[in-house]
Amino acid sequence: MMPRSGKRRQFKGRHKLTERWFEWIIERIIQASGLLTIVFIMLIFAFLLKNSLPLFKIYPLKAFLIGRDWYPISAPARFGLVPLLAGSLMVTLGSVIIAVPLGVAAAIYLAEVARPSIREAIKPVVEMLAAIPSVVLGFIGLLVLAPYIKNLLDLPTGLTAMTGSIMLAFMALPTIISISEDAVSSVPRDYREASLALGATRWQTISRIMIPVALSGITAAVMLGIGRVIGETMTVLMVTGNAALIPHSITQPVRTMTATIAAEMGETVQYSEHYYALFSIGAMLFVLTFAVNFTAEIVLHRFRGIRR
Amino acid sequence: MRPRGTGEWLAYGLLYLSIVLVTLPVAAIFFILVSRGYSAVNWEFLSSAPRMGMRAGGIFPAIMGTLLLVLGTIAIALPLGIMAAIYLSEYSSRGRLNRLIHLAIVNLAGVPSVVYGLFGLGAFVLFLKIGVSLLAGCLTLALMILPVIITASEEALQAVPQSFREASLALGATRWKTIWNVVLPSALPGILTGAILGVSRAAGETAPILFTAAAFFLPRLPRSIFDQVMALPYHLYIITTQVPNIPQKVQYGTALVLVALVLLINASAIVLRSYIRWRRSW
Repeated sequence: MMPRSGKRRQFKGRHKLTERWFEWIIERIIQASGLLTIVFIMLIFAFLLKNSLPLFKIYPLKAFLIGRDWYPISAPARFGLVPLLAGSLMVTLGSVIIAVPLGVAAAIYLAEVARPSIREAIKPVVEMLAAIPSVVLGFIGLLVLAPYIKNLLDLPTGLTAMTGSIMLAFMALPTIISISEDAVSSVPRDYREASLALGATRWQTISRIMIPVALSGITAAVMLGIGRVIGETMTVLMVTGNAALIPHSITQPVRTMTATIAAEMGETVQYSEHYYALFSIGAMLFVLTFAVNFTAEIVLHRFRGIRR
Repeated sequence: MRPRGTGEWLAYGLLYLSIVLVTLPVAAIFFILVSRGYSAVNWEFLSSAPRMGMRAGGIFPAIMGTLLLVLGTIAIALPLGIMAAIYLSEYSSRGRLNRLIHLAIVNLAGVPSVVYGLFGLGAFVLFLKIGVSLLAGCLTLALMILPVIITASEEALQAVPQSFREASLALGATRWKTIWNVVLPSALPGILTGAILGVSRAAGETAPILFTAAAFFLPRLPRSIFDQVMALPYHLYIITTQVPNIPQKVQYGTALVLVALVLLINASAIVLRSYIRWRRSW
């Protein structure tokens, strides 16, 4: 940040008038671009609403929210969100069950147990995982994991909610690991040293001091991971089988909200009922992820505040 | 300090197990891609257009399409991102507005990629009537990587020591001249690192270009920015799910090229980052 002295004004006379004008204009441009992110997020929401609200003039909102059938091209068409929401929630829950214990444990290992040389070797692996495009994870899920799961559990198809959950866990892991690790290693040194000095073992220090202190940071990490999983598109589109039915078990094919948009938008007529319905799903997704990320950021901000 | 008692041994065992379960699959993914894909990758595969319904030939138009998309994206996102970062780091006071902008950045980063695709379709393709094109795809992707670039640039700007600014101001430079001549050049490598990471994200994304830029099959290069393009991630999606009877060799080869491209971009960011640390004199 620039030094902000109250006496800055009195030096202004030193600069030429044209220079001051130039300075003024630049400052306004920079200010405007600073506000752009707020404008963009509002624009995105506005466009989603603008393209989804017309649906509810012809199709009741209640039927959209609690409808149990998604038949977009039958006559009359039915746009029930429930099976898609259930699909998204089931896949997300599955990947959370896998990724959270694994990610948090890996983060604790990296922050507290690993020798520096091992930490430096493993961090790039996590970064590489984060860099793999989601379409490639979907590809691996489709060609390698799905046939394996089909044979292992003797299912009619390997493209199930479970396959999606496993692949999505890999998408969430880098987020969970890196933010949790930050949280654990940012716990002040004195806490650890005080605990060890009192004769606690290293594991007692980790489990009774480090984790409780870092807990809100870890919570935020988990939430950001969940936000990433709910919004993930290509992987689930390729590996979950895309059956728009309310799932009864994790070994059934499901279809998520994101996959529905990606699969059907290409075939709809612009500004048709179906087009508006897909934008309505998009608006729901936006609200859902916004709530998750917003809460996570507030929690993280508080955590950083306490730490100081 | 060694673990004490069976309980502690078990706890440590689980921690070790977790790191194995995280790293092993990553290694397995790379091993599978390389071992099954490398035989498909040769000069002809990289430099020729797909033939026979994408069952033979190469992926040249898809590679070029991705490069063009990435180039356009960074040309749009980098100036905007740097300016926003300059505002946050150099002009704004640490008040409520600053906090609001940071919240907006975090939420922009969390918007699902397919929702960016919807926005691109609604705003650029249909509302501004740009049509499904390279330009619409670049605008959509630019919006998506903006948070990455702003965050990295802000960090780089704040890493520049305060004394640099004070020295320049004391010599009579104006505020903007200080930023332009002193602060920006010192922060540039850090900003570029962030930009490269944004590029790697844009290169691998499929959902945002699904309805805004990507062509199913277009065995030539785009003629203008209003033309559709093929893109590597979308091409991989097409040949694995939409077109039957594509040889697995071609599929694995395409996936390998995509991953290699993205990792190459990432590696250059890592090299740049360590260069900065090594060279930094403050």
